[in-house]
Amino acid sequence: MKQFLSFVKKEFHHIFRDIRTMFILLAMPVAQIIIFGFALTNEVKNSKIAIWDQSGDAATASLVSELEASRYFEVEQAIHSPGEIGASFKKGKVKLAVIFPPHFNEDLQHFNKAQVQLIADASDPNVANTLTNYASAIIMDYQNRITQNRKMPYTITTEMRMLYNPELKGAYNFVPGVMAMVLLLVCTMMTAITIVREKEMGTMEVMLVSPMKPFRIVLAKAVPYLLLSSVNIASILLLSKYVLDVPVNGSLLLLIGESFLFTLVSLSLGLLISSGAESQQTAMFISLVGMFLPTVMLSGFMFPVENMPLPLRTVSNIVPAKWYYIIVKSVMIKGTGLHTVWKETLVLSGMLVFFLGLAIRNFKIRLA
Amino acid sequence: MTAVTVNNIIKRYGKKKSVVTALHGISFDVKKGELFGLIGPDGAGKTSLFRVLTTLLLAEEGSATVDGFDVVKDYKEIRKRVGYMPGRFSLYQDLTVKENLDFFATIFNTTVEENYDLIKDIYSQIEPFKDRRAGKLSGGMKQKLALSCALIHRPSVLFLDEPTTGVDAVSRKEFWEMLKRLKAQGITILVSTPYMDEASLCDRVALIQSGHILSIDTPQGIVQQFGKKLLAVKAGQMLPLLQALKEHPAVADAYPFGEYHHAVMKGAGRQELEAYLVKRGFEFELKDAEPDIEDCFMGLMRDGR
Repeated sequence: MKQFLSFVKKEFHHIFRDIRTMFILLAMPVAQIIIFGFALTNEVKNSKIAIWDQSGDAATASLVSELEASRYFEVEQAIHSPGEIGASFKKGKVKLAVIFPPHFNEDLQHFNKAQVQLIADASDPNVANTLTNYASAIIMDYQNRITQNRKMPYTITTEMRMLYNPELKGAYNFVPGVMAMVLLLVCTMMTAITIVREKEMGTMEVMLVSPMKPFRIVLAKAVPYLLLSSVNIASILLLSKYVLDVPVNGSLLLLIGESFLFTLVSLSLGLLISSGAESQQTAMFISLVGMFLPTVMLSGFMFPVENMPLPLRTVSNIVPAKWYYIIVKSVMIKGTGLHTVWKETLVLSGMLVFFLGLAIRNFKIRLA
Repeated sequence: MTAVTVNNIIKRYGKKKSVVTALHGISFDVKKGELFGLIGPDGAGKTSLFRVLTTLLLAEEGSATVDGFDVVKDYKEIRKRVGYMPGRFSLYQDLTVKENLDFFATIFNTTVEENYDLIKDIYSQIEPFKDRRAGKLSGGMKQKLALSCALIHRPSVLFLDEPTTGVDAVSRKEFWEMLKRLKAQGITILVSTPYMDEASLCDRVALIQSGHILSIDTPQGIVQQFGKKLLAVKAGQMLPLLQALKEHPAVADAYPFGEYHHAVMKGAGRQELEAYLVKRGFEFELKDAEPDIEDCFMGLMRDGR
């Protein structure tokens, strides 16, 4: 036990004396949360729009001011001819053009029917879709208000409620994703690299010719990363609650327990990689290509897994982060308990047993 | 009593198509308390042999014991009782001198205080720098620290793989003096080196070349085996001289040796050779030479060919 503790202490020395390792371990998670929280977001805010108001009456004026009042739009320019529409889109600033035909208010009052055209820059289809939806909703709102006073036969009004995330904040989606990424990065990549470094530096050779049991050597190397992961889990949760306003709706204990389980899975993957890799570069390459990319692509965090073709959906099942992502979303955002995520928990536990077993089996008690 | 037995060890590297044989059936014994040298050039198989004996590599054939334990079956026992210092500096560069020593003491279930008397001689020289990171030490100091760490658990057998490579002449001399003192404490020491001049400092040496042992004996014994007349020749133009020596029928072999060339004679023929060199127009100096280990090594290599 004393040997083990002394080994763990030594490992902390390695970490705290290398500024780069420190940075990857402790600053990166915080940076990721901040970057995802404020810079990389798929929410649409303050999009520039152009207005071609050919009637210039009371109705169009109030519609334009309502568009502008919403946080989604900002009127960039007024245009006066069809040619200008194309020109303003080509310049790239304007994402949506709203065109009112002549006599808008008159048509509305006398024929009970008026038209408005929305032209969107669909080079980014998602943004175009979102913008036209927002604009339509604002126009519908306006219409509902002016028809309130009159008796309209047969109207259906849709009442929408966004459950768990009423403000449709992107943070609700990426906080679980970033947690999976960070834990994987810290536990799998850093653990694999640090063990392989001992092989590269020749210190593993000396360690092996000692009474310390070989597998304990690598376990002792994993312990500090387990501890640092808990620090990271805590800092991510605190940041998401107090900086990004993403609450933990479910049981905090369950969330931490599940994160611990995922950390152990990541650690055993790191041990497995280290048993096969001979150089730090190889270890890093395997971790990045074999672990990090699938996590980003196939965990459902960037791209919904349900929409993928069957082969990819099948492959996604062996990505541990996918299951962890589902669990965190359920527990943290939806606030459900273990009874809804027992299946995912079981899958992760199975993976832990499998990868750890494989790592122990592959561990070399000699040099070759 | 034997501390180490090596019995027909064969070590191969690589898979089917490109197999390299590093050790071709090596056998020898090392007595308890002996300072045993393994002398040979780079690539002779010294490190492979040390790794087999320290249980780090498995030999394809043959058997070996260290301190009475089998290197395959009882590897755990061996790992408890040997000290090993690899050829490359293999301590933690980002830990300080003291931290490294404390760490190795703990790993071997002991404390620095417990065996301080054993390492005192060596460690006291680097103790003034005990708070310096190991990576920042000079070559000689690194060796001393590595030796201290390898000794901290009072091993019964000490394996030193090329401990003096890359160390300056003064430190090398000091290092061998330290080894003599350790030997006096009853520790069996196996040391490998590419430097022939260090052979005479060992109790017994094995000359090793391309995975074969050429000879095992005391340094004196090896020199006595030489059994041929050896001449040292020097002239203004060394290269043509070497060529001329090699061409003479009475010369078995000639090779550069320090500021002289050594000529190994087939029989007597000194006068004959002198006359020949005069005739070739050399202004030379010629004298009898005492063979040393390097001459023997060259001789054994020549006979092997």
